[in-house]
Amino acid sequence: MTASSAPFTPGPKIKEPRIRSGRLRPGAEQWSWRFMRISGPLLVVLILTHLFINLLTGDGVNQIDFAFVAGKWASPLWQVWDILMLVLAMLHGGNGMRLLINDYAHHATLRKVLHSALGVAVIGIIVLGALVIFTFDPCPLDADPSLLPSFCEDVR
Amino acid sequence: MTATAESPAVGEVKAMTVTLRILRSKPEGTDEHKPGEQYWQEFQVEAHATDRVLDALHKIKWEQDGSLAFRRSCAHGVCGSDAMRINARNRLACKTLLKDLNPAKPIIVEPIKGLPVEKDLIVDMEPFFASYREIMPFLMTTGNAPARERLQSSEQRDRFDDTTKCILCAACTTSCPVFWTDGQYFGPQAIVGAHRFIFDSRDEGQWDRLEILNDKAGVWKCRTAFNCTEACPRGIEVTKAISEVKHALTTGEF
Ligand code: HEM
Ligand code: SF4
Ligand code: FES
Repeated sequence: MTASSAPFTPGPKIKEPRIRSGRLRPGAEQWSWRFMRISGPLLVVLILTHLFINLLTGDGVNQIDFAFVAGKWASPLWQVWDILMLVLAMLHGGNGMRLLINDYAHHATLRKVLHSALGVAVIGIIVLGALVIFTFDPCPLDADPSLLPSFCEDVR
Repeated sequence: MTATAESPAVGEVKAMTVTLRILRSKPEGTDEHKPGEQYWQEFQVEAHATDRVLDALHKIKWEQDGSLAFRRSCAHGVCGSDAMRINARNRLACKTLLKDLNPAKPIIVEPIKGLPVEKDLIVDMEPFFASYREIMPFLMTTGNAPARERLQSSEQRDRFDDTTKCILCAACTTSCPVFWTDGQYFGPQAIVGAHRFIFDSRDEGQWDRLEILNDKAGVWKCRTAFNCTEACPRGIEVTKAISEVKHALTTGEF
């Protein structure tokens, strides 16, 4: 460097384009991650057994009608099975969609709107599904008896 | 047999013409293109199959178009300046031989994805380095410094050997689909950089780094896509290092 060369002036400080999310709820994402890994394998067992019983035993897909579903929901085992499947699939799928919204929706307002819509859908479907499973009437009075499960004759 | 002037040298590598399709952009624009607009341009160069993509880029810059902009320094896979997307995969131009790329077809060269492009193949690396700085990539200890070196067994050294090899080329981070879309994720390289200290028996700052990576933008963003491991020119098992950091966070074990 010669004495006549211009003094060194640093360039403008480069802006930091990435805004950190802040650490408001430390560990929340860790629990989301754990939940996905716990609910995933549970769903494998629940869904594969569900498909096996419905499609591969007895008459297969042809057996599924009102009477078949009513018959299954008469048993507490299948009531619990189906509510577990419903709740886990909705929470797992809902949490997965939450992750995707975090990835793709960059605007805070848009993210809030999508997260709220997702929350309403998840809670709404769980509530409606639970109502159907637990308030289901297998023997409606004015129905054609040939469509009803066999145990309805004893009930009347 | 005596060598004569006519007989070709044994195993001579034949010269051939290769086409490079380069995604370019000029901050000041050109006659046909707006400032910053990206466009494709093809170049044909004479090269040998054993030449590297970097040699072909040099030939273009030195003999055809001096305005072509790309970074390189060591030209031998050490400095990490010339990561670029070659035929849709992140690689170092200086470590990629033309013969490994099917030179019969145009070779497609783009800047690495997910960082702001400044000119041609040059991107703004600052967001990448900012993430690296956040995980505090330096030895953190407590108490007085020992009078001699801090001892470590070879098993303790092996624990983090893989992640010491990183040259900060950004090939991994800019191959990650979560990094492309998310804009907040630290990216695989910052986790590799943290792993190098978290699993170093001499370091005492593990939990400071782990707490940073437990953040919303930290390791839990990783979806185990394995793009980073495939991209790393140093052969670092990046996804495995990320999993080890997750494991340390969930179990508290190192
Ligand atoms: C059948 C058994 C299933 C298993 C083993 C399973 C497993 C997983 C795991 C481990 C993840 C986390 C991926 C990661 O963060 O790296 C995940 C994500 C996800 N799962 Fe499942 N899952 C199953 C069923 C379902 C069902 C029934 C739904 C829909 C209702 C669903 C929707 C999703 C969504 C939307 C994501 C987020 C995708 C992403 O993060 O990119 N999964 N699944
Ligand atoms: S981990 Fe590999 S790909 Fe990533 S910055 Fe380091 S050397 Fe490059
Ligand atoms: S130029 Fe240094 S790594 Fe390629």
